[in-house]
Amino acid sequence: MDDLSDLYQEIILSHNKRPRNSDPLDPSTGQAEGFNPLCGDKLTVYVRNSENFLETVSCDTDGCAISRASGSIMTTMVANKEIIEVEKLIEDTKLLLTGEDEPEVDLIEHGDMAALIGVRKFPARIKCATLAWHALESALKGNNEATTE
Amino acid sequence: MKKASTLRDDFPILNREVNGKPLIYLDNAATTQKPKVVIDRVSSFLSEENANIHRGVHHLSMNATKAYDQARSAVAKFINANSDNEIIFVRGATEAINLVANSFGKSLLEKGDEILVTEMEHHANIVPWQLVARETGAKVIPIAITDHGEIDLNDFESKINKRTKIASFIHVSNALGTINPAKRMIQILKAKDIPVLLDGAQAVAHQAVNVQDLGCDFYVFSSHKIFGPDGMGVLYGRNELLSKMSPYQGGGDMIEVVSFDGTTFREPPERFEAGTPNISGAIGLKEAIDYINDLGWDTIEKIESSLLKYCTEKLSSIPSLKIIGTAQKKVPVLSFTMSSAHPHDIATILDSKGIAVRAGHHCAQPLMKRLGVSATTRASLSFYNNVEEIDQLGEALEQVSKIFEN
Repeated sequence: MDDLSDLYQEIILSHNKRPRNSDPLDPSTGQAEGFNPLCGDKLTVYVRNSENFLETVSCDTDGCAISRASGSIMTTMVANKEIIEVEKLIEDTKLLLTGEDEPEVDLIEHGDMAALIGVRKFPARIKCATLAWHALESALKGNNEATTE
Repeated sequence: MKKASTLRDDFPILNREVNGKPLIYLDNAATTQKPKVVIDRVSSFLSEENANIHRGVHHLSMNATKAYDQARSAVAKFINANSDNEIIFVRGATEAINLVANSFGKSLLEKGDEILVTEMEHHANIVPWQLVARETGAKVIPIAITDHGEIDLNDFESKINKRTKIASFIHVSNALGTINPAKRMIQILKAKDIPVLLDGAQAVAHQAVNVQDLGCDFYVFSSHKIFGPDGMGVLYGRNELLSKMSPYQGGGDMIEVVSFDGTTFREPPERFEAGTPNISGAIGLKEAIDYINDLGWDTIEKIESSLLKYCTEKLSSIPSLKIIGTAQKKVPVLSFTMSSAHPHDIATILDSKGIAVRAGHHCAQPLMKRLGVSATTRASLSFYNNVEEIDQLGEALEQVSKIFEN
């Protein structure tokens, strides 16, 4: 496969077309907006969590296929998990997408996010893929805004 | 008349490849490519003639001063200013607008006064006025545009009132390609003694500009958008206004006598050019203007209008594509959206085929909001583009449709 088909894999296109968990959560315990001022990608991540446990997450994205897919995949991966596990997933994902060394993809650990690894070959698009994850981090910390800058 | 096919040879970068494909450069509204004569002129100045200006009595300095002054004359002639002293060299169109907003706007504006702009302005013609408005208590008032991307002239006239103290609007839209009826609008404004700034950043690469015929008080543009070096730009101001304006920045070259009891300033243009200017930039800009003059506006407009027509037809034939900006009078700038694909995804796919376009809000967020889109993809053409490149663009966009519509 060439770089382009690596980037726009079937799984990405599917999440782009029908993002999972994209409705605002009601009730929610927190939310954060993610905004990329360079391109205008905009999303809101909603969380419902206790101190230690993340019950459910949604992500409503107005942006490109990469940002939509990444947010959608994220919601399927982090719900129903201990906060400590979620924090590790956030770190692992950042490493997967932006780490200096070529990462070893573990389909169990990385889940569908592994499909986004193709973004590494498109430096201009990496921020699209990390935006939802930054917003999730902010929502859990009680900040209500995350930007890619 | 030079043939379009050989014109391309004047621009060395057009021979390179991107991602293994021949470069198809359709991002001319962001910046234009440089002809070899401009590259060579800047290089020869730096390697053989470099010196500071207005200072030394030595040979190199005197010659550099002469070359810098000749650049000013070339610009004055290029836009038909009344005198060389009406041309101020700045960093770019953005700095030129900031200069006018600060040195002219601030002393003119009072609380409740209105600054007229349009909904299609580039951020560079919104934010400087907002900053001045914040300090003076004036307000920035946008003129509405139509769904086609043209200024709503009824709304324009209805927004002019006795509080309108300055109007500043874009001559040609960078995001939509619309050529605004500047002369007509200026006549209406001048009849009420309202000073007018025209943002010509996008206009100067596509058509002859005659500031006296337009009747504007200020005209601004950037060198890099007309085949010259970046970091270089022009503010034209009518002498009557410039001579009354306070300096924008202080420093060397702009003063007559400096003492701790008080400093006196030189006349324009030097009053507004503090410090060592972009000398090689000015010299490169002159070369770019000479290149355009040699080519001739008739040739440029003829090539570009046929490219615009061809590209509009090509894009219109793609079912899921919608052209944003369908004004009657346009330069070859084509913004569009596709129902299934986001502009960033489109731009990435085009890039993989060597095609450079811009995706995003084009520094015109209020315009995007007005048109109900978050972003567009923009193909902006110049006279060195050709129909083969537009065909490639069309093919690549068909592929985008395929990827995202399955």
